[in-house]
Amino acid sequence: MKNKSFRPWLLLSPSLTAVFLLLVVPVCFVVVYSFWLRAPSGADIPAFQFGNYAKFFADFFYPGILLKTIRVALETVFFCLIMGYIPAYFFYKTESKFKPFLMILVMLPFWISFIIRTLSWINILGDSGMINHFFLQMGLIKEPFAMLYNEGAVIMGLLQYLLPFMILNIYVSLDGIDNSLTEAAKGLGCTEWQAFREVTLPLSLPGVSAGCLLVFVLTCGTYLPPMILGGPGDELIANLIFKRVIGTLDWPFGSAISTILMGLLAVIVYTYNKYMGISQIFNALSKE
Amino acid sequence: MKKIISGWSLIKIYTLLVYIWMFAPIVVVVVLAFNPQQFGTFPMEGFSFKWFVKLAHNSTILDAFKNSMVLGSLTAIFSTAIGVPAAMAFIRYDFKGKDFLNTLLIAPIMVPEVVLGVALLLFIRWLQQPKSFALLLIGHVVLTLPYVLLIVQARLVGIKKEYEEAALSLGASPFQTFREITFPLLAPAVFAGMLFAFTISFDDVTATLFWATAHNQTVPVQIFSMLRNSISPEINALGAVMIVLTISIPLFAGYISRKFAKGVDK
Repeated sequence: MKNKSFRPWLLLSPSLTAVFLLLVVPVCFVVVYSFWLRAPSGADIPAFQFGNYAKFFADFFYPGILLKTIRVALETVFFCLIMGYIPAYFFYKTESKFKPFLMILVMLPFWISFIIRTLSWINILGDSGMINHFFLQMGLIKEPFAMLYNEGAVIMGLLQYLLPFMILNIYVSLDGIDNSLTEAAKGLGCTEWQAFREVTLPLSLPGVSAGCLLVFVLTCGTYLPPMILGGPGDELIANLIFKRVIGTLDWPFGSAISTILMGLLAVIVYTYNKYMGISQIFNALSKE
Repeated sequence: MKKIISGWSLIKIYTLLVYIWMFAPIVVVVVLAFNPQQFGTFPMEGFSFKWFVKLAHNSTILDAFKNSMVLGSLTAIFSTAIGVPAAMAFIRYDFKGKDFLNTLLIAPIMVPEVVLGVALLLFIRWLQQPKSFALLLIGHVVLTLPYVLLIVQARLVGIKKEYEEAALSLGASPFQTFREITFPLLAPAVFAGMLFAFTISFDDVTATLFWATAHNQTVPVQIFSMLRNSISPEINALGAVMIVLTISIPLFAGYISRKFAKGVDK
């Protein structure tokens, strides 16, 4: 009997070792490093002091980037929701024989290279991109309209990256709703719209909130879209971390910014888990 | 009644527009890849394969491609090799701290890639090890493990425990049971997990930028450094190749797993 209770641990040990050594320990290192000092020579000196955090909050520059990251993430969540709910509802309701094919199409962007999808917007929004080319040819504008290298373009890239996550999460939630509930509502005299508002919409909220959380968290850690589609002022917190660590090799300060980002996300994920349960997200992801 | 129908058609049109929005940029990349013009933008001035030919002679890209393939394949193998036993443990056994450990193993999804990149690099630096291919590999295994775990677990839940219990009661050892019963039933999910791991590894930029050296460039990292100069038509051509390649992978996978499933049903 003793032998048997040992077995799951044996099966788990490779994964646990990997995640412990390669994720948990390194993340602890980041937290420890964030208290270290950086000598003028560039060497890191072990210490316990809050100088790196003081530096972050010393003026408005760094907190400004953090706040901008949160704002961009909220905007991305908002647009993902607006663009994602209706297609998810369409998949739930449709009886088209093309439904499996349409579902595969929604999943397809998951498989297409992220960097290609991001840079593809240059061909659409750029000065000689599709939109400007069209309007110049039509003679509607004389000068190309600047649409690239600003926050709007960054959000566009983010949306294309994250929309499938949102649609999938909402769809999984809608798909789990018992059809007889809406039928009952309609039988009791609800109109189609009322049945949706009173029954379907509230029951789909777990999927909606899971999608929102996932989109928010992924946006907060995003590095590529601001680099490719944004201008000099559009960098987000991840770009800042990269610049401090790889650019100026300031490990203690880079670690402090990473710790602040992790702290923020941990609070959000913890709160979500407390009220909604994190397994909702994992449910949807495993449907891929 | 009429109003409902028009509401439904609005939903259809909206969905169609979202599809167009999602795929227009991708289609445009493929179209522009055939544009012989110097700048890789509109207008189209004919149709040519010259950027593909140029790409085929670009040794930097070819090396990066080889690296990406090797890295992706090894990541897929290692990730499933450690992920499948873990999934078995979570679904088939009861033990203390199960939920906590399951969350812990899936946690890398919720950790921003930038932080993962910094953390592993910092750790390696503390160990005084140089950046290497091995660093990229272990990093990618951590990145992909949660997805493998989720996919395999979801499938394992659907496989009846009774099959395994029957085999065990007929005298098969646990390993025999796994080999003869569980694994064949699980194979489509293992395969899907491997493909997913491969794609994520093949595709990853952010963390890879932290871990890669000049000798271990992957394709996306190479594209990223090409972008710094300007968007050349070669990038569009490379994009077109990547799009065709990555689209054919899930389609191929779907075909294979259907074949597998048929074999199992018999």
